[in-house]
Amino acid sequence: MLGTALTGFATALLLLTLAVILGTVILQGLPSLSWRFVSTAPRRDFFDPQSAAVLPMIIGTTIRVLVMTVFVMPVGVITAVYLTEYARAGSPYTRAVRVAINNLAGVPSIVFGLFGLGFLINFVGRGIDSVTGAVGPHWGQPSVFWASLTLAVMTLPVVIVATEESLRAIPVGLREASLALGATKLETVVQIVLPNALPGILTGGILAVSRAAGEVAPILFTGAAYYMAHFPRQLTDQFMDLGYHTYVLATQSPNVEQTRPILFATVLVLLALTFSLNAVAIIVRARVRRAQRAGS
Amino acid sequence: MGLQRGHRAHPLEWMVERLIFAVSLSTIALLLLILVFIGRETLPLLFGHTNSALIQEVIPASEMDRLPTEELRRYLDMTPSQFRSMDRDTLLAIMKTREEAEAEIPGPFRQDPDARVNTLGWRYLLLPHAWTGYDQPEFVWQPVGTIHKYNIVPLLVGSLKVTLIGLLFAVPVSLGAALFVSQLAPPRLREWAKPAIELLAGIPSVVMGVFALLVLASLMQRLFGYQYRLNAFVAGIALGLTAVPLIFSIAEDALSSVPRGYTEAALALGASRWQTASRIVLPAALPGVFAAVVLGFGRCIGETMVVLMVSGNASTLSWSLFDSTRSITATIAAEMAEAVTGGPHYQLLFLLGTLLFVVTFVTNLAGDLVVHRLKARLEGTA
Repeated sequence: MLGTALTGFATALLLLTLAVILGTVILQGLPSLSWRFVSTAPRRDFFDPQSAAVLPMIIGTTIRVLVMTVFVMPVGVITAVYLTEYARAGSPYTRAVRVAINNLAGVPSIVFGLFGLGFLINFVGRGIDSVTGAVGPHWGQPSVFWASLTLAVMTLPVVIVATEESLRAIPVGLREASLALGATKLETVVQIVLPNALPGILTGGILAVSRAAGEVAPILFTGAAYYMAHFPRQLTDQFMDLGYHTYVLATQSPNVEQTRPILFATVLVLLALTFSLNAVAIIVRARVRRAQRAGS
Repeated sequence: MGLQRGHRAHPLEWMVERLIFAVSLSTIALLLLILVFIGRETLPLLFGHTNSALIQEVIPASEMDRLPTEELRRYLDMTPSQFRSMDRDTLLAIMKTREEAEAEIPGPFRQDPDARVNTLGWRYLLLPHAWTGYDQPEFVWQPVGTIHKYNIVPLLVGSLKVTLIGLLFAVPVSLGAALFVSQLAPPRLREWAKPAIELLAGIPSVVMGVFALLVLASLMQRLFGYQYRLNAFVAGIALGLTAVPLIFSIAEDALSSVPRGYTEAALALGASRWQTASRIVLPAALPGVFAAVVLGFGRCIGETMVVLMVSGNASTLSWSLFDSTRSITATIAAEMAEAVTGGPHYQLLFLLGTLLFVVTFVTNLAGDLVVHRLKARLEGTA
C-alpha cells in the first residue's frame, strides 16, 4: 500500500511540475502578449517592455527549421527505407547503422555546436571560401545555413526512427501484392510503401522540427545573433532566434523585474510553437497506430 | 524483405539502390566526422605543440639568417606550406613583432615564474598549482587575464556534481512514476498520465532554464535557506526535470514489455498488485531500468542551457552542493564565443567537447546493449 502511495506521489509530483511550469508561463506571459509583440521588430532596446517584439526571432527560427527540414528529411527517409526494405536484419552493417543512430541521438547538443563550428564552418565553409576566392569570410562564418545543417545532423535520428516505425507498419501483403503484379522492388517502395507511410513520415518531420525549434546550444556559435537590424536576406546571413533570445532576455537583462513579463511572453510564443507541433505529431501518430491495429 | 531474386533489376534501379545504400551510410559517417573534427581541433594540444606561456623564448630578428630554416619555421609556428608562401621581409616583420610584443609585457610579470610556464601542460591541466598570489596549490580555471589558467578539475567536478544531483532526483521519481503508470494506475488515469509526463520532453531546455531561474531557484532558497540563490543543487533539480521524460519512457517501456503471464501468475497466487509490481515485474525489467539510468546520466552530463542559466557559473572547485558551480557544457557554451579560433583556449574547449562526446558515446553504447539484450530475452520467453 505504501509502495502504491509513494509511486503515485511520484507521478503526481511530475504532473504537478508540468502544470506549474505551463501555468506560470501562461499566467505571466499572457498579459504581455499582443499582436504588436509578435508582428513587429523590436525598436531600440529589446529589454524594454514598451519596444520589445519578437517577429525577427520568429522568422529566424522558422527559416532555420525549414532549411533543416530540406536537408534532414531526404537523408532520414532514405536511410529508413534502406533499413526496412533493403537491409538484411542482423547483418553486421545493419547493426552498425542502428548503433550509430542510437549514439547520434545521445550526443549532447553542445557537441553538435562544436561540430558545426569545427567541421561545417571552419573546415567546409572556409574550404568553399578558399576555392571560390571570396574576399573575407563569406561561407566560413556563422550563418543560418550552417546552423540549419547542424540541427539537421542533430535531428536525423528522430526522422529515421519515426519513418522506420511507419514503414514497418505497412502490411507485408501490400508489398507482396505489388511485387506479384510485376512491379519492381523500387517501384513498390516508391509507389506503394512510401505513400502509405506518409502520415508517419510527416510525424517524424514534425517531431524533428519541434525538437529543433527549441534547441539553443547547437546554434550558439553556428549562427544565432544577439541583435540584427534586418531579417536574414541570404543563407550566409546570421539570424535572431526565439530560443536564444529567451536565453538573452533571461540572463543579460539590465533590469530583471522589468524584463520578466516580456521574457515570459517570449517563452509562451516558443512553447506555443513547439507544443502545437508536438500535439499535431501525437495526433497523427495515434491515428496511424489505430489504423495499423485495425488493419492487422 | 531482401532484394527479390530471379528478377533482374534495371540498371537505373540498380543505381538508385546503390544510392539508397550510400545514404544509409550517413549516420555512421556523421558520427565519425564528429569525432574526427572535434578531436582534430584539439590535436596540437594533445601532442604538446601548443604553448600558452606568457613569456616565450624570443630570437632577435637580426639573427634570422643564422637559423636553419626548419628551426625558424618551428619558432614561427607555421606549417611548411605557410612558411614557403612567405617572403623574407614578411618573416622579418613577424619576428620583429614578436620581439616588440615581448618587450611590452609589464615589468612585474618578468619576475613571475608563472609567466614562463606552458599552462597547457598536463600537470597544470589536472593537478593543483600554487600560482603567484595563491597561498597554497589550487585548482584554477581562469582563461581570461594575463596568465591563463586552464585547470579542468573544477569543471569536471562541477559536471559530475550537477549530474549526480540530477540523477538522485530524477531516477527515483521517474522510476516510481513509471512503475505506477505501467502497473498500478487505473487504466483511465494511465491513458492520460503517460502522454502528460512525456509532454515534459516537449519543453525546450532553455524554457526549463527560465523556469528554474525565476521560479524554482527562489522557491528552493526559501525552503532550504542556503546562501547562494543559484547553485549546484537547483541546477541539479532542474537538470533532473529535463532527464525525467527520457528515464520515464525507457523504464515504462521496459516495465510494460514484461509478459502479462508473469503478472497474472503472481496475482493468481494471491500476491497484491504492489507485490506483483515490485517483486515480479521490476526484477524482470531490471536491465531496462538500468539502461534508463545510464542513458539518463548521458542526458544529464550533456545538457547545456539549464546548467548555464541556473548553476551560478562559478568555476571554483567545491564539493558543497549549495555553492555556485559550473559544468563542462556551460563552460563551452559561455566561452567559445570569446576564444580565438585555433588558440589555446579554443583547443581546450574542444578537448572538453571531445571528452563529453567520448563519455556519452560509452554510456549510450552500454545502455543500448542492455536494452537489446533485455528485449531479446523477454521476447524469447514470452
